[in-house]
Amino acid sequence: MNKISFNYSKLLLPGILLAILVVLATLPLYGSNYSIVLLTSIIMYVILTVSWALFSGSTGYISLATAAFFGVGIYTSAILGRTFTASILANEYFVVFIVIIGGLISACLAFIVGAITLRLRGIYFAIFTFGLVELIKNLLLWYEVKFTGTRGRFVVVIGNETIYYVILGILLLLLLVTYFIRRSRYGLALESIGEHEEAAAHIGINVTMVKVIIFAISAVFVGMTGSIMAMRWTYIDPYISFDPNLTFLPVLMAIFGGTRQMYGPIIGAVVFAYLEEILLTRFPYYYMLIFGIVLAATILYLPNGLVGVVQKIIARLAGGKHAHSRG
Amino acid sequence: MHILEGERVTKYFGGLAAVSEVSFQVDPGEVVGLIGPNGAGKTTLFNLISASLVPNSGVIRFKGKNITGMAPYHICRMGIGRTFQTVKIFPNLSVMENVRIGALFGCGGRISATEATRKAEELLEFVGLPQVSSTPAGSLTFANQKKLEVARALATQPEVLLLDEIMAGLNQTEIGQAMELVNRIRQSGVTIVMIEHVMKAIMNICDRIMVLHHGRKIAEGTPSEIAKSETVIEIYLGEANAAG
Ligand SMILES: Nc1ncnc2c1ncn2[C@@H]1O[C@H](COP(=O)(O)OP(=O)(O)O)[C@@H](O)[C@H]1O
Ligand SMILES: [Mg+2]
Repeated sequence: MNKISFNYSKLLLPGILLAILVVLATLPLYGSNYSIVLLTSIIMYVILTVSWALFSGSTGYISLATAAFFGVGIYTSAILGRTFTASILANEYFVVFIVIIGGLISACLAFIVGAITLRLRGIYFAIFTFGLVELIKNLLLWYEVKFTGTRGRFVVVIGNETIYYVILGILLLLLLVTYFIRRSRYGLALESIGEHEEAAAHIGINVTMVKVIIFAISAVFVGMTGSIMAMRWTYIDPYISFDPNLTFLPVLMAIFGGTRQMYGPIIGAVVFAYLEEILLTRFPYYYMLIFGIVLAATILYLPNGLVGVVQKIIARLAGGKHAHSRG
Repeated sequence: MHILEGERVTKYFGGLAAVSEVSFQVDPGEVVGLIGPNGAGKTTLFNLISASLVPNSGVIRFKGKNITGMAPYHICRMGIGRTFQTVKIFPNLSVMENVRIGALFGCGGRISATEATRKAEELLEFVGLPQVSSTPAGSLTFANQKKLEVARALATQPEVLLLDEIMAGLNQTEIGQAMELVNRIRQSGVTIVMIEHVMKAIMNICDRIMVLHHGRKIAEGTPSEIAKSETVIEIYLGEANAAG
């Protein structure tokens, strides 16, 4: 159909990605402190969105548990950070160690939740995963008030640059993992589950296991991101950590970008995270309004998201050329 | 030894016994037809064998091994493939990927990506699908989607293949092709159980026919025996009258 444009984008994409990564990796050398903080925030949304799309985008099981995995990462950081002295935390390897633990605990939680609920139909899964956010938040509130006597916790502060490099590392790892999963037989399995789960099971795919494992893998990155972001926010409590916005925004960003291609969620997250940063503080109401309108329009008119539109245009251009050379 | 057998298999939906105390045996290399009016329980029986559903009672054995209650993917890997009455291809995956994925996951052991591609190409040719395999499966004609589903099931290397009305909705030419395809599948050594309403196909291809009615097996025999059976004629005439 549009084979030409497909091969073309296949070659183009890794090149662009590499260039962007080089720019991002060298940013602290020439960028302002503000640009580092801004990019940290944008990258955070990209990670949450791509992780969400990795599982939910292909299988069609809408997970609303992102905030839960994020919050678990935050609390891992808060608890481990207090256990160890500040001098150890000055060591950057130790920061990475805490982040990895945060990711692993999130993955364990996702594994358990997935094993229990991924046999359910999609809508029950969505409701359950959202319930999980509220459940953990309220459990923590109860625990903090009853046993520690205070609602919040202080997290050890580390430099913005360290946070930036760690979150960039998480992003890189996530993109690599996503790329290889999508290319592998398990990527195909995920898509087939999204299209016809029953048929997938009857051609030998252990659908429950594939779903649970990919769900757990996607949670690793969300938990890691929570762990590192906690060190930027310095003070956290259950409300900040289990913020439902962190569940819904990635879903909306992924839908806006389009989930059929890997770069759809990336573009969706970058656009909206950037808009949020520049608009939210100045025009909070306009921001939410614009956000809402753009999303409604996307869902109504662009079933394949922003990337779908771009592909259509490329296909039309390529098709036009093709027709021309034939004629 | 029977390759596939059921012992007093029963499935209720609420108070309705969709399949009731059905016992059956299928021998290696056979083509067995499963017929009966709409709602007789034929598809439900396939769902029980392939583990889409779990029977309320009864036992299903494959090569002597009790497979009741196993997971569908496990049953498939053991060697039972199936198609669906309502076509369930993966419409947004390419034709090629639809078959490749069967090869990648359906066999007991691991198979390399290139091997899967080669096998998929082979099977696309076998079922007579055009080699334009990069098109999305959803854009195929109905008849070709049915062929694709057969190819996908074959890619899992089944020893027993369950075909659920693969000829329904096809025109005369396409039915001829489908009959020829079933014959070639049997020649490749696969045992077949087929649900079909196209009598010409059933009578020509099958070694043996089982008749279900209201969830019960009411007759069994060679095509000529079934054609002569009073009860079977009565049921089908009764249905034809009701329909007319
Ligand atoms: N999943 C289901 N839930 C409830 N009833 C069902 C289900 N599947 C089939 N039935 C009922 O079981 C009976 C047998 O259906 P089915 O096996 O599809 O018949 P056939 O394939 O012979 O036409 C019908 O009365 C049908 O309505
Ligand atoms: Mg049926």
